[in-house]
Amino acid sequence: MRLDLVPRTRRAPVLDILSPALAFAAAVVIGGVMVAALGVSPADAFVTYFVAPLSEVWSLQEIALKAAPLALIATGLAFCYRANLWNIGAEGHFVVGGLAGGWVGVATHGAAGFTLWVLPAMLVAGALAGAAYALIPAVLKVRLGVSEILTSLMLVYVAQLLLDYMVRGPLRDPAGYNFPQSVGFDAAARLPYLMEGETLHAGVLIAFLAVALAAVVLAHTLFGFEVRVVGASPRAARFAGFSDARLTLSVFAISGGAAGLAGIVEVAGKIGQLQPEISPGYGFTAIIVAFLGRLSPPGILVAALVIALTTIGGEGAQIDLKLPLDLTRAFQGLLLGLVLGADVFARYHVRLVPGGPSGRPAS
Amino acid sequence: MEAVRSLSAPVPRAKAGPTPLFGAYGIVKRFGSFTANDGVDLEIRAGEIHALLGENGAGKSTLMKILYGLLEPTEGVVTHKGDIVQLPNPEAARQLGIGMVFQHFSLCENLTVAENIALVMPKDLSGRALADRIARLGIDYGLHLEPDRPVWSLSAGERQRIEIVRCLLQDPKLVILDEPTSVLTPGEAEALFTVLERLRQEGRALLYISHRLDEVRRLCVRATILRAGKVVGTCNPREETARSLAAMMVGNAVRAVTPQEGATLGKERLRLDRLALPAPGLHATALRDVSLSVAGGEILGIAGIAGNGQAELFAALSGETRAPDREAVRLDGAPVGALGINARRRLGAGFVPEERNGHAAAPLMSLSENALLSRHPTAPLTRFGLIRPGAARDLARRVIEAFDVRKAGPDPAAGTLSGGNLQKFVVGREILAEPGVLVINQPTWGVDAAAAAHIRQAVIDLAARGAAILVISQDLDELFEIAGSIAVLHDGTLSAAVPSAETTREAVGLLMGGSSDAAPAPAP
Repeated sequence: MRLDLVPRTRRAPVLDILSPALAFAAAVVIGGVMVAALGVSPADAFVTYFVAPLSEVWSLQEIALKAAPLALIATGLAFCYRANLWNIGAEGHFVVGGLAGGWVGVATHGAAGFTLWVLPAMLVAGALAGAAYALIPAVLKVRLGVSEILTSLMLVYVAQLLLDYMVRGPLRDPAGYNFPQSVGFDAAARLPYLMEGETLHAGVLIAFLAVALAAVVLAHTLFGFEVRVVGASPRAARFAGFSDARLTLSVFAISGGAAGLAGIVEVAGKIGQLQPEISPGYGFTAIIVAFLGRLSPPGILVAALVIALTTIGGEGAQIDLKLPLDLTRAFQGLLLGLVLGADVFARYHVRLVPGGPSGRPAS
Repeated sequence: MEAVRSLSAPVPRAKAGPTPLFGAYGIVKRFGSFTANDGVDLEIRAGEIHALLGENGAGKSTLMKILYGLLEPTEGVVTHKGDIVQLPNPEAARQLGIGMVFQHFSLCENLTVAENIALVMPKDLSGRALADRIARLGIDYGLHLEPDRPVWSLSAGERQRIEIVRCLLQDPKLVILDEPTSVLTPGEAEALFTVLERLRQEGRALLYISHRLDEVRRLCVRATILRAGKVVGTCNPREETARSLAAMMVGNAVRAVTPQEGATLGKERLRLDRLALPAPGLHATALRDVSLSVAGGEILGIAGIAGNGQAELFAALSGETRAPDREAVRLDGAPVGALGINARRRLGAGFVPEERNGHAAAPLMSLSENALLSRHPTAPLTRFGLIRPGAARDLARRVIEAFDVRKAGPDPAAGTLSGGNLQKFVVGREILAEPGVLVINQPTWGVDAAAAAHIRQAVIDLAARGAAILVISQDLDELFEIAGSIAVLHDGTLSAAVPSAETTREAVGLLMGGSSDAAPAPAP
């Protein structure tokens, strides 16, 4: 017996929605088995993971605050991945964006007078720095043919060490008792809160707008068409007169800019100063989010919320049920695997065929 | 399952004459709601070359794959000497003595001839024994091969010989050949026919699939004709004309292409001036001092065997490859060698590459998006960088109507169209732009007779409206049908163009094979 995958001639739109939903359900069931194996009631764990975070105002805000950078970075990455460019350096772009934008915040610390420009300057600096940093692997690829996978990943560590050096050296708060951190930003350098007395800040809106903009660009502009054609049929893209090199530079700049913006949003929003660690691995988790969302901005928004929910739920489970954090990570990986697997079923009929392995079409 | 149920059915009787070597009865093959074969009967006798004719999409490939065990029929049975047999995979087919020579060779370019053959042979047969058998076959059948040559250095004809030798080493009783001459020069095709006739005389059966009706009439005395998945008739092709065979295949009389009547040529619109380009890759061809000139109203045909620089020439003309010398390519007098494809389009040029799927069109994208693909520089399909989906759909619809493109659904993915229909779409997309210069590579490759006639007529009509047209084609019949003059591309060098009325297929064929002494001399 062998398995044959027969492409579906017409894809039912309902399957596109149903398949990730079913994959999520399957992941929950398998997760429940893992939880039971750890000696915890799966029902309790389900409530802690998926119900409790959705039932309190503070945790809903936390979910939004976690989902925002993930969605922002993943949307940028989707441009690269759609064009078959494997940028895995978003963590580095995030850090460089946070550092550059934060530098503006530190430099303007205590400035008097008209300071409305400070925050926009920080956001622009963060996005530009992220874009510029992402252009390093892009230029290396275009000019010298260096694999972007290696260079973009290695530059993550360069960025992290650069931030570490800066907050221990030039940007350290002189009055900070030698702690490796900068001064706290002035109010003018902080993203405003959306509601009095709550944690939700304007960065969530920035992320949402960026995702919406990306959705329009991908679906309705010639540039978005270019990205999609290059990924789907590179030769047809050349026939359409789209330049590989220009596109590579563009999508890396977009992806780096989005991650850099996410970085400065995190620094100017939640953290409020520069410190050696500004990201709990957002740049890497966003890769999962991008693929969970099937590289489409609306899908990415949903995926970012789901991953944020499991992360916040996972923290709750750690505290309330003494379940390890690794379980959350395993669940997120499981979810990705199942969603990608379910995609196969959405795209192909799977048939069990009697007989040996599929024959090679050779005489 | 139907296949199991039909096992208990009585073995079908041969319709006439002795029990056939292989038979296929009541073959039905469905893919989802699409029926590729619908009750097909086919009988093949030992010692005959049996032609299988049909348009693209008529179900020839499906039937062939069922006989070779690559597909299983939804209903129906295959018999061997009157007994029902199961063919779950190609291995089972080979056990019964069925061999196949594919249209697209499945050879490893970097391995030698002998290694490619050893790959598919039983492990115990290797080294000297295998080399001996290859040599013996070579002598017996005139299939000369050098066992130590790497495949990438071989011509298409030599590659096909490897496929045939691989097939013959297994001593097949039935050999299925899928469009075997589509990549061969006339001379190579002659050599193939000799081999096929020899195999027939040995009592083997051959199933011969071809678009070339003249070949079928020459080789075969029995033909089965498929149309839309059904057998529409069997006949003796020698008692038919190429026209009547084609009519049976397409169901209505094929309209003959009206040639250009006393074309009056305008001024020069496309010119190549000693274009030289290094080979872009290891197995690619360098272009050497290629010069040509096409005037308005003229159709220049470039003949040549695949791999002699056609793809490179097309890329240099389209701007996908820029010329080092901007003066080397001229459109309406303007030097465009340094310009990209879109700049050349804006100057009034149109291009149709050889490969429909993945080059001329993105197969996973809709037809309207594929209209955008090549027309975004020249048609008002975008505004401030935003796509106007209505305008793109409208353009696609006009192409579909003007070129009778058959499709399922309002705006389906290009890859779901049959080859002929997609080709009509990508040709129509360019022709509706009324280009002043059209460069078209293999305009009707693998396209059925009706679609081919439609495309050729559209090209001729475009020339009559004053466009300069360059047609690159391996199909000599096509070039003699539509081109006013013909030049031959061999190993990156282009011969001088001669009026097609003043040369012959043989003269052009010799040039295609690279014999430089055979100048395209005017026919006697």
